[in-house]
Amino acid sequence: MMKQISVNNLLGIKYLSRDDINLIFETADNFKEILRRKIKKVPTLKGITVANLFFENSTRTKLSFELAEKRLSADIINFTKTGSSISKGETLIDTVNNILAMKVDMIIIRHPSPGAAEFLTRNTNSCIINAGDGTHEHPTQGLLDTYSINEKLGSVNNKRVLILGDILHSRVALSNIFALKLLGAKIKVCGPKSLIPKFIQNLDVKYESNLEKGLVWCDAVNILRVQNERMNETYFPSLREYHNLYGIKLSSIKNLRKEILILHPGPINRGVEITSEVLDNKKTIVLDQVENGVAIRMAVLYLLASKASGISNYN
Amino acid sequence: MKQKKLLDKFTLDVLLNRLSCELIENHFDFQNSVLIGLQPRGIFVLSKLVKKLKDKYLIPNLKYGKLDTTFFRDDFRSKKEQPKASFSNINFDIENKRVVLIDDVLYTGRSIRAALIAIESYGRPTKIELLTLINRRFTRHLPIQPDYVGLNVDTLQNDRVNVNLQGSNIEDAVYILKDDDETNFS
Repeated sequence: MMKQISVNNLLGIKYLSRDDINLIFETADNFKEILRRKIKKVPTLKGITVANLFFENSTRTKLSFELAEKRLSADIINFTKTGSSISKGETLIDTVNNILAMKVDMIIIRHPSPGAAEFLTRNTNSCIINAGDGTHEHPTQGLLDTYSINEKLGSVNNKRVLILGDILHSRVALSNIFALKLLGAKIKVCGPKSLIPKFIQNLDVKYESNLEKGLVWCDAVNILRVQNERMNETYFPSLREYHNLYGIKLSSIKNLRKEILILHPGPINRGVEITSEVLDNKKTIVLDQVENGVAIRMAVLYLLASKASGISNYN
Repeated sequence: MKQKKLLDKFTLDVLLNRLSCELIENHFDFQNSVLIGLQPRGIFVLSKLVKKLKDKYLIPNLKYGKLDTTFFRDDFRSKKEQPKASFSNINFDIENKRVVLIDDVLYTGRSIRAALIAIESYGRPTKIELLTLINRRFTRHLPIQPDYVGLNVDTLQNDRVNVNLQGSNIEDAVYILKDDDETNFS
């Protein structure tokens, strides 16, 4: 059986179809098996060069992409904003074109401006994967969260997912909503009203202001970080009040009638959106998410690499 | 396309019996040997052989698994569409074991090349052998030859060999398919 992904670049989940997501998940299943072998490497992307351009800080995503590329035998170069010529005033397009001139085939980009990845596809001739653009999308995170829920609950269809926290500044929220919706999940968002974007109703997502009610309703809760670095004004009185109203504590899950999945894309602010008690008692699937992240990114790289027209002919 | 039946259910069965006996001849009780079927269609041959070895020849503790070679192929970017990957399932150690790779049709030898690299990820076998149900002669792109052959066939480049062993409603059989303008079956 032959199948192909419908896009040439991965800019956001919003451009993907349900079939694409299922294909990515099936391919990730295969890579997950490979990652459990003695030798966790395949020669699939031999001869392809991937540039990881991180204009914003990252630990998990960067390491995860890097590892995925290495497991697929790609050659990689890394670029971070600090210590680069960005501080001398070079523009994004010039930086990228200079990197492409070094015969790079694929670009992974994280950038603080929404639309940065899409901007690159219009102005360069390369295969682009968005690793987070401002408050817009973070497609691989959306995919790996949905994949983890699918893995743990057996399916996503008709499952109830609560997305909790700072929705307004979160690219993870948006990618999660698109991915979960495509696979038929029911979604509610929860958090201080000031951190819920106005457009949320247009996405057919309901708002729940009461965390307790939200937790009773859901099968899985995805906890998002309070993004202090993106807040230019005050959205809630204090972190302590945020924690009291919207933080996940042992007491808030103890009395639930059923066990719920607890996800967090990281990085975690312990004691704010979730307590150490919940985290350290292994009530969450945070580390499963990280493990799945590598397999999902390998799948995305593999599926796009074989389509990319810009890639030098391998024969 | 015109098709001719190469093997029917009965001859296939005879042939699988012979292959089982040849395997026993070389591997005795299989204590130090494992069978690996290649995805996707080699596993049908594998399951037939396993059934024979277990039920008819009463080999106990037979170890066998499936190997997918999609990510190890050298042609995945030159094809218009990607082959869909399947599962590998080898949940035993192959270090210092004798491995028999099992496939349905040996044609260019490229899948076997991929399988030889893929199997390395699971350890270092002392020996690797190749069993193929159908060996298409004179079509190899690589210096790869089988150790056990069900049937040798001489084919033209455009011919296709179809092995039906899926165990569904279709009867077990092997067909050769030829273009209409060269229907001269010999």
